[in-house]
Amino acid sequence: MPFIPHTEDEICDMLSVIGADSIEQLFDEIPQHLRIKSLQGVPQGLNEMEVSRLMQSRAAEDGQPVCFMGAGSYDHHIPAAVWQITTRGEYYTAYTPYQAEASQGTLQLIYEFQSMMTALTAMDVSNASLYDGASALSEAVLMAVRGNRKSKSRRILVPTNVNPVYRSATKSIVHHQNIELVDVEFDTATGQTTLDALKAYEGEDFAAVVISQPTFFGTLEQVDALTDWAHANGAMLIAVVNPTSLSLLKPPGEWGEQGADIACGDGQPLGAPMSSGGPYYGFMCCKKAHVRQMPGRIVGRTVDQDEKEGFVLTLQAREQHIRRSKATSNICTNQGLVVTASTIYMSLLGPQGLEKVAIACHQNTNQLIEKLSAIKGVDVLFKGSVFHEVVLKLNKPVADVLNALAEKNILGGYDLSNDYPQLDNALLVCATEMRTDEEIDRYAQVLSEIL
Amino acid sequence: MSEVRTDVRYTASHEWVRLEDDGTVTVGISDHAQGLLGDIVFVELPEVDAEFSAEDACCVVESVKAASDIYMPINGEIVDTNNALVDEPDIINSSPYDDGWIFRIKPVDEEDIEQLMDASTYEAEIADE
Amino acid sequence: MLIFEHTTQGRKNIAQAPVVNGEVNDIPAELRRTKSAPLPELSELQVVRHYTRLSQKNFSIDTHFYPLGSCTMKYNPRACNSLAMLPGFLSRHPLAPEKFSQGFMACMYELQEMLCEVTGMSGFSLTPMAGAQGEFAGVAMIRAYHDAKKDFDRKEILVPNAAHGTNPATATMCGYTVKEIPTLDNGDVDLDALKQAVGPQTAGLMLTNPSTLGVFERRIEEIAKTVHQAGGLLYYDGANLNAILGKIRPGDMGFDVIHSNLHKTFSTPHGGGGPGSGAIGVSERLKPFLPLPMVTKENEGYRWLTEKDCPQTIGRLSAFMGNAGVLLRAYIYMRMLGKDGMQRVAEFATLNANYMMAQLKNKGFDVAIPERRASHEFIVTLKKQAKELNVTAMDFAKRLLDLGYHAPTTYFPLLIPECLLIEPTETEARESLDGFIEAMLQIQSEAENDAEFVKGAPYTMPVKRLDEVRAAKQLDLSWVNQS
Repeated sequence: MPFIPHTEDEICDMLSVIGADSIEQLFDEIPQHLRIKSLQGVPQGLNEMEVSRLMQSRAAEDGQPVCFMGAGSYDHHIPAAVWQITTRGEYYTAYTPYQAEASQGTLQLIYEFQSMMTALTAMDVSNASLYDGASALSEAVLMAVRGNRKSKSRRILVPTNVNPVYRSATKSIVHHQNIELVDVEFDTATGQTTLDALKAYEGEDFAAVVISQPTFFGTLEQVDALTDWAHANGAMLIAVVNPTSLSLLKPPGEWGEQGADIACGDGQPLGAPMSSGGPYYGFMCCKKAHVRQMPGRIVGRTVDQDEKEGFVLTLQAREQHIRRSKATSNICTNQGLVVTASTIYMSLLGPQGLEKVAIACHQNTNQLIEKLSAIKGVDVLFKGSVFHEVVLKLNKPVADVLNALAEKNILGGYDLSNDYPQLDNALLVCATEMRTDEEIDRYAQVLSEIL
Repeated sequence: MSEVRTDVRYTASHEWVRLEDDGTVTVGISDHAQGLLGDIVFVELPEVDAEFSAEDACCVVESVKAASDIYMPINGEIVDTNNALVDEPDIINSSPYDDGWIFRIKPVDEEDIEQLMDASTYEAEIADE
Repeated sequence: MLIFEHTTQGRKNIAQAPVVNGEVNDIPAELRRTKSAPLPELSELQVVRHYTRLSQKNFSIDTHFYPLGSCTMKYNPRACNSLAMLPGFLSRHPLAPEKFSQGFMACMYELQEMLCEVTGMSGFSLTPMAGAQGEFAGVAMIRAYHDAKKDFDRKEILVPNAAHGTNPATATMCGYTVKEIPTLDNGDVDLDALKQAVGPQTAGLMLTNPSTLGVFERRIEEIAKTVHQAGGLLYYDGANLNAILGKIRPGDMGFDVIHSNLHKTFSTPHGGGGPGSGAIGVSERLKPFLPLPMVTKENEGYRWLTEKDCPQTIGRLSAFMGNAGVLLRAYIYMRMLGKDGMQRVAEFATLNANYMMAQLKNKGFDVAIPERRASHEFIVTLKKQAKELNVTAMDFAKRLLDLGYHAPTTYFPLLIPECLLIEPTETEARESLDGFIEAMLQIQSEAENDAEFVKGAPYTMPVKRLDEVRAAKQLDLSWVNQS
């Protein structure tokens, strides 16, 4: 019996204490005719050796192509210490820190995480994390509608250069509460959200404006002007940011005259492997004035009965287990384990290390742009500088090109044709610090052969 | 035993209400209510000029273990709020009927107050809890 | 000490960062960061030591018996972790073409199929990233179902008053109002009240079975009939699935939709509060509305289902496909248990719970619903101790920490005063259960002799009881913004 320690003698003893004849008798309150005899559709159990063989062959089946794909998940180096410490049983197998005295490790770590996120974003406060970047944006939208006292509106301006799946997930999550996401088209020359595009909405009431830096296309927004426009029009500003970029780019807390009101995004680049899409975590920071509208767990520093420093979950009165139908969100957990990894990742790299990662990504991507755009049939679609992704326009359908690249073990990028049919043959590519000169050269070589 | 002031009227949701000489109505929560909530750590005050109907939730009082809506006792418009509670919300614990008042309203109809409980009715009400 | 307080300015970890040559000069100055982020600067050894030491301040399943009711803190097999972290799985980009994904997709497809089998449902989507998100997906599907039938007047979700707080919070997120249904003293739902409450305004009922009171809802068929006859649907909160795994299936009880907390029943780690997974299953009539993505099998290959295949889907809830690494762990666990192992889960979880309940009852503790069988968990109420000795459930909980046991769930469910909700799980050996019972007896005797001593616990933890009022009033949420 896998993982069940009971011996036959123990079972007999325990049943006699209960006063039951058999384990079967313990289920006698369940209507007999509803019971099932066995689980036909589940195979027989495998021992550890057998299941290892199975999983190793499954993992090997997927290969390990050279990755030039980003689009929300990024291939970064993760120091060995990060997951070795994170998977220590004391972190891996603990629960939500309800018993604060027996959870000071997790609680202090989350406080340190919150501190690091406020350091990166230049915002006042951070929560303990949400599920992922998409769900963080949806929670930010709900929070803005609740928290914007200047606006009665349930409408949010969202440029279409914000990650399309974040937009669609946000819509699935918020539309039940009659919240409307209003598309703002990007400028076709630069991929940016322009002030002119926003000015078309001047005088209308919006709870918030969402700005992504960098955009889904890798291009950079004029964040100061956009933020000031939002505030001048009574809207809150929700920043969607890539945390790696924040060592290089102006943090949302410093955008415009007053800074963003809420900053969110996906924490995956800070120490989580791409791992088929999860677990990642969503981060969320905000101005102090909005902290009581923030969803999710928050850890605070306090003292114990002897005035000794300690950490507790705080502001819990906002949460579902107390406030039930009036809670800020139904969320119970954070993505604790991934946050643990991320906190260790940021500590190991430090400010200089993180900046080097950002610069290396940026430089590798510039190098990739230079090599690929030199190929006949490849053009850079948008003018202006990018962070670590870029949209290329090809002279052939992107899907065919990606298939041909895959034959050569290259994950060539993300095909934009489903999300942006108006962009002809557009391919989103990315080169993180992991890509070597040789890999970039080889990509250029193979691509020129295909085209 | 918690104090039940006799110069105010009460709602079933534990707000107290006092008609002032200038015709405005002051609202707070009863001593019994503050005792149930425990140490109050935050008060979200309503916006001045906002209009509410009786029984609308118009602000929130938060303790470590609960966040409790404060309901509008009668129809009216908010004319003043107790800004001292922003920095020292626990005034509600120490002085629920005096310094711990929460907001003042201009009632649509003063007579509405007569519908609320008097002290002895309220006292009997909370004795059952 | 905080990691920030170990910082020495200028200390770097050369080995961790990439080599960078030259400056960045193609990004306009007004878009650049001007001051570097105030993050800690330490050596690798200092970081490793700091976080290793912090870990030692935690209780965990690997170090302590953790009978936290409603949370199913069972052993998390190490093989599930190491196999889910094979390089081929970790380095797979979520948007990689199906050609580079067949191994992973095979696991996900088989997981969907196994979950259908153990719950009696017709379709499963693995995308919700936690129980609460699974609940959201489930209630959103109930709404989509009524909307598709142009039945727009159903505005109300019914929830027993014993339910988890997420249930009413979720209903609100989906635009519903909530009506609570009372529970009888014997732990069953008040069926008469339910019959009064249902009507043309009823969208559905959310139910946990066995309930949060640790007993099986015996009249489940009649409940299902009542809700269905009124045109509503039945939602199964899978928090307590461990109690009935392989014995009875929610689908056979009449439920239309279920979320399964894979981090409970299927033993993926709780990770200090996540990541979890709230995979969601449905009966035939709700299948068109399942959230994306899902995996299907065609001609011996696996393929993603998209909006084109499922035009009525409630959409996507995450950027990719939820907590894939958690799903892999659950898959591996299920394969290791197999069909027989899975039935034993419920058997031994129930045996352990009933044994502990019987022992505690024999030794003089009051059980909340003594006349009923325990499911995989049960409730001790310390009302008597609170009244006579002024020692509360919280005091018992804190003192248990001193004695090396993580406290059970306290003050939930809200219906039972001074309660401890105790869930031992099937993976605990009898010694642990007996040790816990001994500890409860010791605390009882301490409480009788010196109540103040128990009220001062814990004494052996890194900190004593913490000032939560100060934490909430003088908010200190970030070291960076303090100094």
